[in-house]
Amino acid sequence: MRSNRDRLTAFLMLVPSLIVLGVFVYGFIVQAIGTSMTDWGSNPAQPPLSATVIKSFVGLQNYQNIMTDLLEFGFRNSLINTFFFTVFFVLGCLVVGMILALLLDQKIKGEAFFRTIFLFPMALSFVVTGTIWRWMLQPNGGINLLPKTLFGLEPLTFPWLNSREVWLPFEWQNVPAILTTAGIAVLAFLAVRFALNHRWRSMQIMIAAAVIVGLVFFARVWDVIWLPLDTPDAEASIAPKGFNAALLGIIIAAVWQMSGYVMAMFIAGIRGVPEELREAARVDGCSEISVYRLIVLPQLNPIILSAMIILGHISLKIFDLVFAMAGPDNLQTVVPGLLVYTEGFRENSFAKASAIAVIMLFFVAVIIVPYLWSQLREARTNTR
Amino acid sequence: MISAQQWRRTTARTAIYVALIALTALFILPIYMVVITSLKDPATINLQTAWDLPTSLHWESFGEVIEAFGPRLRNSTALVIGATILSSVLGSLNGYVLSKWRIPGERILFPLILFGMFIPYQAILIPLFDFMRSVNLYGGVIGLIIIHTIYGLPITTLIFRNFYAEIPDEMLEAASIDGADFFNMYTQIVFPLSIPGFVVVIIWQFTQIWNEFLFGVTMTNTDAQPITVGLAQLAGGEAVKWNLPMAGAIVAALPPLLIYIILGRYFIRGLLAGSIKG
Repeated sequence: MRSNRDRLTAFLMLVPSLIVLGVFVYGFIVQAIGTSMTDWGSNPAQPPLSATVIKSFVGLQNYQNIMTDLLEFGFRNSLINTFFFTVFFVLGCLVVGMILALLLDQKIKGEAFFRTIFLFPMALSFVVTGTIWRWMLQPNGGINLLPKTLFGLEPLTFPWLNSREVWLPFEWQNVPAILTTAGIAVLAFLAVRFALNHRWRSMQIMIAAAVIVGLVFFARVWDVIWLPLDTPDAEASIAPKGFNAALLGIIIAAVWQMSGYVMAMFIAGIRGVPEELREAARVDGCSEISVYRLIVLPQLNPIILSAMIILGHISLKIFDLVFAMAGPDNLQTVVPGLLVYTEGFRENSFAKASAIAVIMLFFVAVIIVPYLWSQLREARTNTR
Repeated sequence: MISAQQWRRTTARTAIYVALIALTALFILPIYMVVITSLKDPATINLQTAWDLPTSLHWESFGEVIEAFGPRLRNSTALVIGATILSSVLGSLNGYVLSKWRIPGERILFPLILFGMFIPYQAILIPLFDFMRSVNLYGGVIGLIIIHTIYGLPITTLIFRNFYAEIPDEMLEAASIDGADFFNMYTQIVFPLSIPGFVVVIIWQFTQIWNEFLFGVTMTNTDAQPITVGLAQLAGGEAVKWNLPMAGAIVAALPPLLIYIILGRYFIRGLLAGSIKG
């Protein structure tokens, strides 16, 4: 029998790791939140690196500054960049990864070789990838020269990382309108579905109405806070906002590096679909394409969700790739991860950097916490 | 006579292979570019002829790059060896405890441990900087080893816990009836069965730590920087001589790449473990 003494030993063996992680993860997070509510680094009378520096409590002042101060547009631009980067990076990886996985599932000769090729960028660091792709994306060479080198065609002229173009223009004042439209669209879709299913209940009507009222109210509040940022006066000091074309090259490099990861996840998922199930469908007269559409792909839905969450949280944290490709000070490609570095470790504006870091953590936690919870719950129900 | 169905099958197969070969070319393209540029005489590198093969092989860039990296290669080696060993051994013990012993509050503790591998490290960077300075560990390789060991614990614990879940509890029960205590069971049963688990974890930690940049650039003085920081400096700034960054990229990529090519199967297992399913 296992003795109680052994149980105690087991627990004691875990304690050092728990303490260390408790301090270095949770203790430091609490400390970062605390720091973000001080004036550490912004008070000229207090040299930030002195051992006797006094940090005064300023409440949510730093958050208010980075969100609304006209001169502090770097953080808000980094949010826009992160948004577009995330959307196209995740989409690109899913599409390329899915294509690779489906191709490799066709009982290919030399499958191991192809898999090795598509996955090898995952073994590289973002700094290596960034260095390589910076050279590939030189405006007068690299990719742009390929049509000429291969087929003798005119070279491309897109300036990639040096581009100052803005696609898909975006204004902060549009956010409530976008959200409201999206919200109403979703509600309308649900309403039609419920109506068709004859499962319309007064409760749902109430919730729907409440959501619409909430959105409209939110839009009013938003206007009061953020509208000044988009007035013509402010516009003069702030470059046009939207999907900065300079991000495109970084997205391509990131997709090159990470799509193999999605491929590996999909292959693992496809292999999990029992061959008998596919065979049964074939016997029932399904074409090879219908087998995928009706049998294999529906089984991959949870994997697509996992991949979106893992890639999405990588994208929210992205730092080294942008650093290596566009440098830490490029306004066109700035992301929150870089701002924590430049504001904190170069400007020593520790409080402001902490506020940005806390917001990053918040976004990551919003997608990771439910994910972790559902993954672990699923694992538990599977073993019971 | 070829039937229509056979013919369609053949075209489909051909299309699949053509697509695969085209995609392979796309994935390899940057590597071709890196290798040829690193082997060119810097005087002959210009954008117009970027895709052409070098006229003569110029190996000197690699010597120059290794000299430019200087102590950073050694730093990264020491860092990777130290932090990989420490985090694997601790992860193995944690995994053993969490999978084979009933721990009060495990349902809460385990997710709390795992969350540590998803946080943006920016969120703990400034308190960490403060802490490392206050205990006089800021700036050196030792400090960096400690940091990587600690933040490596969640993933190593996770991989070992899942690995040890496969070991039947009956084996431990039998040993405990024979009088084995907590440590006997680990050294005589669990650890000897751990080799594949250790391979997965060591490979994973090795590549992650070798490739890491954020802690490397914020938590070190110049003489303790890892190789990724050296490469970023080599390639940063305008008017770079591109043979050097390319040779540097090859040197920095080689150790993890070799491991990936030789032990790819284990690398993929580490990769997929990161998407959990506890």
